[in-house]
Parts: sequence; structure tokens; C-alpha cells
Amino acid sequence: MSSITLNNLTLGYERRPAVHHLSGVFSSGSMTAVIGPNGSGKSTLVKGITGFLRPLDGTIDRGGLKKQQIAYLPQRLEVDRSFPITVLDTVLLGLWPEIGIFSGMQPKHWRRVEQAMETVGLSGFESRSINELSGGQFQRVMFARMSLQDAPVLILDEPFSAVDQQTIADLMTVIQQWHGEGRTILVVVHDFNLVREAFPQSLLLAREPIAWGETANVLTEENLARSRAMAQAWDQEAEICRREGE
Amino acid sequence: MNTFVDICLSPFQEFLFMRHALVACFALALGCGPVGMLLVLRRMSLMGDALSHAVLPGAAIGFLVSGLSLYSMTIGGIVVGLLVALIAGLVSRYTSLREDASFAALYLVSIAVGVLIISLRGTNVDLIHVLFGTILAVDDPALILVASITSLTLFTLAFIYRPLLVECFDPDYLKSVGGHGGAMHSLFLVLVVLNLVAGFTALGTLMAVGMLMLPAASAHFWGNQYWTTSLVAVCIAMFSGYCGLLLSYHFNLPTGPSIILVAGGCYLFSLVFGRKGSLLSRYQPGSHLTG
Repeated sequence: MSSITLNNLTLGYERRPAVHHLSGVFSSGSMTAVIGPNGSGKSTLVKGITGFLRPLDGTIDRGGLKKQQIAYLPQRLEVDRSFPITVLDTVLLGLWPEIGIFSGMQPKHWRRVEQAMETVGLSGFESRSINELSGGQFQRVMFARMSLQDAPVLILDEPFSAVDQQTIADLMTVIQQWHGEGRTILVVVHDFNLVREAFPQSLLLAREPIAWGETANVLTEENLARSRAMAQAWDQEAEICRREGE
Repeated sequence: MNTFVDICLSPFQEFLFMRHALVACFALALGCGPVGMLLVLRRMSLMGDALSHAVLPGAAIGFLVSGLSLYSMTIGGIVVGLLVALIAGLVSRYTSLREDASFAALYLVSIAVGVLIISLRGTNVDLIHVLFGTILAVDDPALILVASITSLTLFTLAFIYRPLLVECFDPDYLKSVGGHGGAMHSLFLVLVVLNLVAGFTALGTLMAVGMLMLPAASAHFWGNQYWTTSLVAVCIAMFSGYCGLLLSYHFNLPTGPSIILVAGGCYLFSLVFGRKGSLLSRYQPGSHLTG
């Protein structure tokens, strides 16, 4: 239903692969942590799945979902934080898939907005301007917006990179809630402890896929050592890859 | 009381050309406020400036064809303005030159071409006309043109309000939910060119961008939502038009620069006393809140 299948997927920039020959399935309703050292292709993979980047080779099967049905929180938001807009209006953008350019808000929408604001702990902040918010609060706003998108697949790229422990705990609760609702979830994370605690599935990347499956089987010392070694290898004189699909 | 009427109202009661000029200013203000505000928010102020000069060669070609005729100069201005916007967009998209640099390059070329073309046939007086406008000579057709452009601008903005603002605030999000960001950007550039052409018939190519940028830059210090700041920008633009006309009437000053200078005064005032991010709020924070 809302599973995502990768077939021999290669993604990259200027013909250099950042994700190399990756095959596998993010099954419907699964919750996967995407981990790996810097430069291992995590963000690239996420951009490929959300349709921001075209594959160099291989395919992505989104199981009949349109790209718009995948909610995506990029790592470096190109959001203009000085833009004159209130917290409420920012959160309301999450309803775009439903109300689009012209429709108005209905009572059921307002109820959902209220609920979303409460879930992320921002009730009472509605009329604040977003440039008054701290980094953690702004991330809560982004989570509330994602909630409203009501997407079957949610992809978050390092949502916890600059927020404190309390915010991480609160936002993890929100993610757990999405998981409980049967949505498919992909999160790029750096904190291995968090992955062990909260994520049933993991994908360890180092340009090549190192391991993919149950978190306990993926996060082994051996796999981690391999991933570090592979991410550092960078061949300036690389030849054209002729490997067939695996 | 009588002196107030004498100073502020009677010039408009007595002279048709003053009424025409005032209506032209008000119409311009209505369109330029929201468009200028978007230019400020999108960090495209310099592109507005560049585009205003890009209108010049088009108007000059119109002038070459049929003298100081409203229609040919307007059409020429619109066509060349859009062409320059298109070329600058393509250059920045397909080469490594950034958009602001490609706009700057094109506007330097176009202003040179424009001045050259006008001097081929006209006199210095004509050149002054085109560069600085003739708002006191605004006649019915020019008024209708300005009002039409303003109406079109407001309708279009109302129509694409949501995607245009989202494209400006969070382009990646609009893309991820399948909005047409590129189309909105192009449509917006068309609006900018149209408003510059409207301003050009009244204020000339050099001053037209002033009506677009100065009220918007001032309003930035006052509102905290797009539509409130736009409203403030419109009010400042109207105020500048009214006061500028009065100043030029009573002290026999050139009209275009008077209007722009009043707008400049509003800008300075906002810069110092504005409610949000002004000099005063920075160095004299005043009392703070409890939470």
C-alpha cells in the first residue's frame, strides 16, 4: 500500500554516485532509521525518494503514491525565518494537499489544527511570529505542519540535529504516534542510542548499503567499522561503473 | 481652516491636471505596494531596479517609431522588460552566473541602448521626459492604462496569493506538495514589469522603481504579516504621492522627484522609529515583557 521499493538504485551528482546500487523495501507501516557517517548518502537517498533528485540508475517504486503524498522535512530548511508569517499560518500550510490554492478552512480542519498544535506542545503560540521562535520551537512547528499533511509516508532528514533532549523526546513521541497510525516512516538519525531505543528497522549506508533490517542486526560493531572505512574511500580517477543489478 | 483648504485641497479643486496626477498616484500606489513588498521579501529589490532600466530601450524603440506616444512606448516597455527578465532568468539557470549578476549585466546594456536610441531622434527634452516622466501631463488614456494595470495586478495577486507567498517562504515545501513554484515566479516577474511600465508613464523609468521599493522598504519596519505590511506600503505610497504633488505645486519643484523624496522621508522615519527591527528598537529597547 504505502511501501517504497528500491531496485538497484544509484543516486548521485555529476555522475558520481552518492548512493550506489541499493535494493530493498521500506515496507508499509515500517519505521526505519537511516544511519551512516557524513557523506554516506543518507540525504541523497531521501532526496531521491521524495523526487527532488532523479536516479542515475535503477528505479524507485512508490507503490502508487504520488510524490505529493510523501511528507518531507529537509535537513537544511530553505525557509526564510525572517518572513513575516505567524506560527498558525505556517502550521496551516500542512493542509495544502487538502485545501490547495482556493478552498477555505472547515470546522474539521480547525479541530485537527488545534490537535496538531497540542501534540507538539505549541498551544498558545498561534499568533507569534516565527522569527521569535527558538530552533527547537521552530522544529515543533514543522512537525505540526507535517502532522496536518496526513501523508501515508513521512520522511525526516536529521530532524534532531540542533535541538535539545526535551524537544527530541517530545518530537519522538509525535513520530511514535504517526507510527502507531500505520504510516511508513523514514528518519535520518545520528544518535545510535536513540536508534536502538526507538527504531525497529535500520538502514546503514556508506554509499553502498552495509546492512538493512532489524536494528539489533544492523547496529553491530563490525557493520559500523565497515561503514566508516567505506565512506572515507574516494577515488578521484574512478572509472565508469559496469556492475549489473544485484 | 481656510489655510488648510488653500494648502491641501484647493490645488486639486482648481486644476484638472492635479486631480489626474493624484488619481494616477493612488492607482500606482495600490499596485506597487503589494508587488514591492514581495520584491523586498524575495530579496529581489535590485532586480526591480534592474528591470526598471530594462524598460527604457523598449520605450525608446516605441518613441523612435511614433514619437511621445503612450501606446507604442508602453507596449515597447512591456515587451522589452519581459524579454530582459526572461533572458536574465535563462542565463542564471543555464550558466553559473547568479541571477542578480545577470540582471545587472543586462540592465547596464539596456540603459545604454535606451539612451542611444532616444538621442538618435529626439532632443534632450525628450530624454528627460522618458527618464523622469511627466505626471502633470497624465491624460485620460494614461490614467486608464495605469488603473487597468493596477486592477490586473490586484486580481492576479488575489488569485495566486497562497502559492506566491509559500514559494517565497518555503520553496521546497511548495515543491513537495506539488505547487507550481516556477510558474508563480514567472507570473510575479510579469507583474513587476507591468507595474514598472505603469510607473514609467507617470514617473519615468528612473523614478518608477522608487514608488515600488521605497514604500515597501519602509513598511517592512511596521507590519508582521505580508498583508498588513502591504497595506502600510500602499498607505505610504499614497501619502507620498499626495504630499509630493502638493510640494511640487506650492514650491514649484519637479513632481517625480518630489514624490520619491517624500517616500524617501517616510523610509528614513521608518528606519529610525519603526516598530520592528528599526534603529530605535535596537538601541532603545524600552520595557520588556514578563514572558
